[in-house]
Amino acid sequence: MAERPGIERLLELFAEGKVAAAARLITILENGGEDAERVLDSVFHKTGDAYRIGFTGPPGAGKSSLLNRLTGRFREKDHRIGIIAVDPTSPFTGGAFLGDRIRMQAHSEDPEVFVRSLASRGSLGGISNCTDEVIDLMDAFGKDMVLIETVGVGQSELEIAEKAHTVVVVLVPESGDGIQAMKAGLMEIGDVFVMNKADHEDAESAAREIQDTLRLKDIPAGEWEPRVILTSAREDTGIGELVEAIEEHRRYLEAGGHFAGIRRKILRSRVRNALMDRMERRLRQSAGVRDLLEQRMESVYKGEISPYKVVRELEELVSIQ
Amino acid sequence: MARKVRVLIAKPGLDGHDRGAKVVANALKDAGMEIIYTGLHQTPEMIAESAVQEDVDIVGLSILSGAHMTMFPRIMELMKEKGAEHILIFGGGIIPAEDMDKLEEIGVARIFGPGTDTGDIVTFIRERFPEE
Ligand SMILES: Nc1nc2c(ncn2[C@@H]2O[C@H](COP(=O)(O)OP(=O)(O)OP(=O)(O)O)[C@@H](O)[C@H]2O)c(=O)[nH]1
Ligand SMILES: [Mg+2]
Repeated sequence: MAERPGIERLLELFAEGKVAAAARLITILENGGEDAERVLDSVFHKTGDAYRIGFTGPPGAGKSSLLNRLTGRFREKDHRIGIIAVDPTSPFTGGAFLGDRIRMQAHSEDPEVFVRSLASRGSLGGISNCTDEVIDLMDAFGKDMVLIETVGVGQSELEIAEKAHTVVVVLVPESGDGIQAMKAGLMEIGDVFVMNKADHEDAESAAREIQDTLRLKDIPAGEWEPRVILTSAREDTGIGELVEAIEEHRRYLEAGGHFAGIRRKILRSRVRNALMDRMERRLRQSAGVRDLLEQRMESVYKGEISPYKVVRELEELVSIQ
Repeated sequence: MARKVRVLIAKPGLDGHDRGAKVVANALKDAGMEIIYTGLHQTPEMIAESAVQEDVDIVGLSILSGAHMTMFPRIMELMKEKGAEHILIFGGGIIPAEDMDKLEEIGVARIFGPGTDTGDIVTFIRERFPEE
């Protein structure tokens, strides 16, 4: 087999715009560790410009089909598109079936559309732990719009809200989504609600139901009022309206000076998460912590000292100023 | 996080169904691999570009029609142009014995005939890509 390029070489090829190098770097990010950090350290200064749009909703609602249509419209406007499609990893086998590309074939020969499927891997929700890093890489690669698809399960919809400028919640008329959506907290995070499969009969009434629910919310004057859009990804209807709603939300964020705030929020939460991960790993790996635990747990078992006493002793050991 | 074997499964050509491809995809998934499934009607360009973007280790094609003698070399050539000549390729389907030899000669990693036990495909991939 041919000699594979190392990270330095990959970064050079990445800077030249080579898709294969970008794809390889994403794999390195997914696998984590020192190599992933090296990649991030060197591309981070090129990030911060991409507009991030999150798409979430129940399985089979038509998210991928909509992304396929939307990408067409955004390409007409000369946007360079990155798409990240996350599907769950099986907790039993560690394997994953990543099938979103099936519905995203219209652009599979367009070099300005970079689609990457991610398995959620270690993360419990529907979103991969390295989603932020992959967004960074696409951003640094020159994609000015990054679309992120995640299935609305677990906490993923809340996580996507922390990563995106605009959140699009995709619902369908069948299966009483109205009620489910309210329960799952989807209603709180959507900037735009899409009732897809408008070619089905009940779509209009289902959309009205969503609209009614949104009206019950107290939205202060001047703040964004979520839009409800009827689409059919199959018949290519309502897509222009959806583009318009997304762009309107973007203009709202821009006019209100919200951009910098969102970026700061995203970066703060990333530093916090990365720090917590790092600290946890160091604690787990520390021989000192392990020895002390081993010594003192016996006394805890016997009821001689409380768990908190041990924790205080550990805290002294690892002392953080 | 350890690396995962990533496999692209596609069904090129205009005809047929993708039942066999799905069975293989599911078996590989159950063996702990990440399967990127692109479905039916794939052109060589689509397959090569998807394989590159997804940075897969290996591509598996389900072939029913007679186009295999052009399909495999074309995809390999395209992947090479895109700087991804390291990606392996294998196939499954009804392919005459003499063609099988020719394909393996040009670098197709393996052709599985009809009725292959999916376990053999799992073993074949595992041997080439042991997970750390
Ligand atoms: N009738 C109708 N079917 C649609 C429409 N949009 C998507 N579908 C179909 O719905 C099914 C699921 O579509 P996807 O785009 O894969 O949905 P998804 O939300 O991405 O699905 P997951 O990623 O599996 O959660 C497919 O069979 C589509 O053809 C639509 O507007 N109308
Ligand atoms: Mg999908």
